[in-house]
Formats: sequence, structure tokens, C-alpha cells
Amino acid sequence: MKNEDFRVLSPAGILGYGFPVESFMQGIARRPQLVACDAGSTDPGPYYLGSGKSFTNRAMVKRDLRFMLVEGLRCGATVVVGSAGGAGAAPHLAWCREILQEIASEEQLSFRLGVIASDVPKDTVKAALRAGKIRGLPFVPELTEEAIDASTHIVAQIGNEPLIAALQAGCNVVLAGRCYDPANFAALPIMLGYDPGLALHMGKILECGAIAATPGSGADCAFATLTRDAFVLEALNPLRRFTRESAAAHTLYEKSDPYHLPGPGGMINLEHCQFTELEGGRVEVRGSRFEASSPYRVKLEGARPTGYRAISVAGIRDPILIGCIDDVLQAVHQQVASIVGGRAQGSIRFRVYGKNGVMGAFEPVAKTLSHELGLVIEANAATPDEADSLLSATRSTLLHYGYPGRISTAGNLAFPFSPSDVNLGQTFEFSLYHLMDLEAAGQFPVEIHAVERGRIMP
Amino acid sequence: MKKNILEAVRVVRSKNSGPYELTLDLLFKDRRYFDLFRRQQIITPELVGRLYGVRREDVLAITYFEPAIAVKMTIRRPVASGAPGDSDVYGAQQHAPLLSIEFDE
Repeated sequence: MKNEDFRVLSPAGILGYGFPVESFMQGIARRPQLVACDAGSTDPGPYYLGSGKSFTNRAMVKRDLRFMLVEGLRCGATVVVGSAGGAGAAPHLAWCREILQEIASEEQLSFRLGVIASDVPKDTVKAALRAGKIRGLPFVPELTEEAIDASTHIVAQIGNEPLIAALQAGCNVVLAGRCYDPANFAALPIMLGYDPGLALHMGKILECGAIAATPGSGADCAFATLTRDAFVLEALNPLRRFTRESAAAHTLYEKSDPYHLPGPGGMINLEHCQFTELEGGRVEVRGSRFEASSPYRVKLEGARPTGYRAISVAGIRDPILIGCIDDVLQAVHQQVASIVGGRAQGSIRFRVYGKNGVMGAFEPVAKTLSHELGLVIEANAATPDEADSLLSATRSTLLHYGYPGRISTAGNLAFPFSPSDVNLGQTFEFSLYHLMDLEAAGQFPVEIHAVERGRIMP
Repeated sequence: MKKNILEAVRVVRSKNSGPYELTLDLLFKDRRYFDLFRRQQIITPELVGRLYGVRREDVLAITYFEPAIAVKMTIRRPVASGAPGDSDVYGAQQHAPLLSIEFDE
């Protein structure tokens, strides 16, 4: 087995980002044993994990997954999708599973389905916290039982082991909750005896689709061939190629230390990794090593509600107002506080684009030179109504505020929209981003179903 | 004669490394500049602290990565990604202060 090439097709950086059909079919023509895709990320922020909603579009996810299932199964490949529904908690997994079942039914597909939930019960997290089996990552606030209780969803980034359990049980389609991105690509080759360091490093690059090629794209396919002591990357679109630098630079992406990439149960060590360019825009990678650590740790992710948010967007063109914008906003802030008094709980925030709206405290430019400013007025409160009221009071106060030297007395703001105010609904923040020791790496059980001509058998 | 960083690099970027860290990458144009920056120790925690107005202990790491001829700096996010008050959920537009770095050739 080890002397055979193991071929992997990665359709896109995120399930639902889309990919050119030509690239995908080029990959299928190379007869991959595995078609895998990472479906999630924490990048879009805590709202999606907290609310149970997907940051990807349903129709696009269905489009991508249909190609993977129909063409992948037709060529005999195993299909793996991890971090289902974006954040990978129970509602996200159910959402993606429903899409998968629709496709199976519409296409009359037959396969063996493995579904792995990665939610971690609050009691389990609390017990681990009390037992000293939780540790924070840099700059992450210390975990408390209150934070655990307040979280709407807590998931673990599961590793290879639960995926391998599903594959060993004969599943040729695996759908997992929150999952370490490279594991989607590495589990099957590791099960077959390939080197875990190479398999995981390959997965680390493939999980972003063609982002690691040049020019990079998360909405295009990448292909890898894994052998006993190396893997070779190639782009499937003639517009792209892999170079030594593009492949190596990808290891920097979204990571704090490019030589040591920690994941469930250990880390990928790239200190002795070599990247070599081959003809045809391909890159060979060797020397990546996996170092297992004990105890086996997984990363937990959780999110909790912080209230409700309403915003109003407006522009400012008056040079006198722009010249004293900080003072005016501060005065409006105080005036609104005195109007609503202690009645409305909440906070107001002004985001001034053209000044420091993008970088906030990091902004090194002290004085704006812009002739116009974009303003987002933000009100946060415990209820949607309170957020609306606070926003309304702030918007109307600022619109008509008479500041010293004012010559434009009809109104201070240009609203691009009517209505001017919009309620963004509930808001969340990350509540857990911690490592937890696991008793057993495979403690996330697999639910297995035979699917016959689109029907799920009991 | 001081030269601007753009003489030496082809990519200057920022991104989240998880919700609590911001990571900044400089990808050099060629190995000569990579070696020069590493030899002269141009990128230091003190420089990054000064450019971003953060304390020394909020600079987590500075790593020269030979395979990609790049240097990576990782700092604490002032506000966690998507938490109240955050201004850049993906952290993808926080690189501009690096554009003022100068070096002697």
C-alpha cells in the first residue's frame, strides 16, 4: 500500500466558495482516492458559532457538495467534509447533513455515511476545568465556569482519529463537525500507513484550495500526490502553478510560528522541510514531521451572546465638522447619555472611516486629511428595542447637533439609505479558545448510515 | 541612504492567527533582502511595538522563515475578533504601519 501514490483532490478553500468545473474535472480525471474539503473557519467571527448559523451560502454549498459526491463516488474516491456548516456545531452539522441528504436523494446515490459530531458537553468542559485539564492559548482570557455556562455552542477541533474510525467502519462519505482542517485530507492516508507529518502538511496546504498556488485562489482546486517520503502539489487550472515560495509561504498563513504547527495530539514540525520545484508548475515537499504529544489535546471553541446591535451609516462632507469631529462625537455621546439617562442600558460607538475606522488604536495617523468621512453609528444593548432606541437618540442628536462654528445648519449627516437604521440582531463573542486534555482521541462517536439510492437506511 | 521597505518585499499582509492574535508577514523579493534583514536585525519586538503602539509583552514572536524567505510578526489583538469594539474581524487590513519601515542597504 505504501508504495502506491495516494492522490487527493481539494475542490475549494471552503465548501461553498465555488470552483471552476474544468479544474475539478481535471482533478477527477487523475483518479483521486480522496476528494476532501474543509467547510469552516473561525475567521468570520463568533456570530456564526454562537448563533448556529452558517457563514456560507446554502445554494453554493449544495452546488460544491453535489460535484464532490456525484463525481467523487463515481470515480471510487472517498469524500470527506469537515467543519460542516462553517462553525461545526450541532446546528451547522445538521444543516450540512440536510443538504447532503437532498443531493443523495436527487442523484439517487448509494454510499456508507459516517457523521461525527464534535460538540463538547458543558459538564465535560467544567469537569476538565476543575481537574486542571484546560489551558489557555496566548492572550486568551482565563476560562471560567460562567463563560462555559453562557456559551451557546462549544465544539472541539477534532483530529484524525474520529475520521479514521469512520473510514475503518467502511464509510466512504464522512461528514464531521468542527475538525482540524488538515485532518480532512490526512485521515485516510494516515489510516493507510502514509507518514502523518507529510499527510498533515499536505492537508494544511490543500485545505485552502488553490490559495497556496500563484496566483492564489480559494475558489479553485488543488491536487496532491502523496508517496512514501514526499508529496507533490499541482494546480489544476492552467492559469495557476505552485512555486517553492508559494507553497512555503502558505505555511505562514494564519499561523504564529511557521516552523511548528500545533494541532490535535501534536504538531507538524517543518524545521527540516524542503520544497523543490518540479516541471509543470509542481512543487515537491519532503521532510515534514509529526511529533505526537501527551496528553492528547484538542482546541475548544465556544461563543456566547453579548446583546443586540443596531447601526446607522452616514457620511460627512462639511470641512468645519470634519475639523472638530472628535469633539462633536464626544459631546453627542454625553448629550445622549443625559437624554436616555440610566434607562437604556447599552453603549454607543462611533466608527469614523477616513480617520481611524479600520485600525482604531493601531492607527498611526493622528489627523485625517480626508475631505469626507464615513460614519457608522453603533448601539449595543441588552435587548433589540433598547439598541434601536439608543441608536435613534444618537442618530437624531448628531444630525442636528449645533457645534461651535457651524455654518451648515440644516443637518450634519448624509444618509445613503432610508431607513437609516438597521438592527443587526444578536451579537456574540468568543468565550472559549482553549486546549483541553482528552482521555481518548477517538471519544467523538461516529453515527453510521447506509444510504441506498438516496434513501437513508435505519 | 535609507530605503523604504517596499524596495525589499513583494508582500506585506496581516491576518488573524486565531481570534486573539494578529499576525503580520513580510515576504521578501529575494534571498538577498531576507539575509540583509535577518543579519541587521531590522525587525525587532521594539520596532513592532513602536509601529503598533503596543507593549513589548504583546509582541508574541518574530520568526524568520527561510523556506518562504519571509519574516513573521505576531502581536496581541487589541480586541478579540468580532468582539464588541473590534474593527477588522479577519484582521486583513492592519498592515499599513509596516509600510513605514526603512532600512540601510
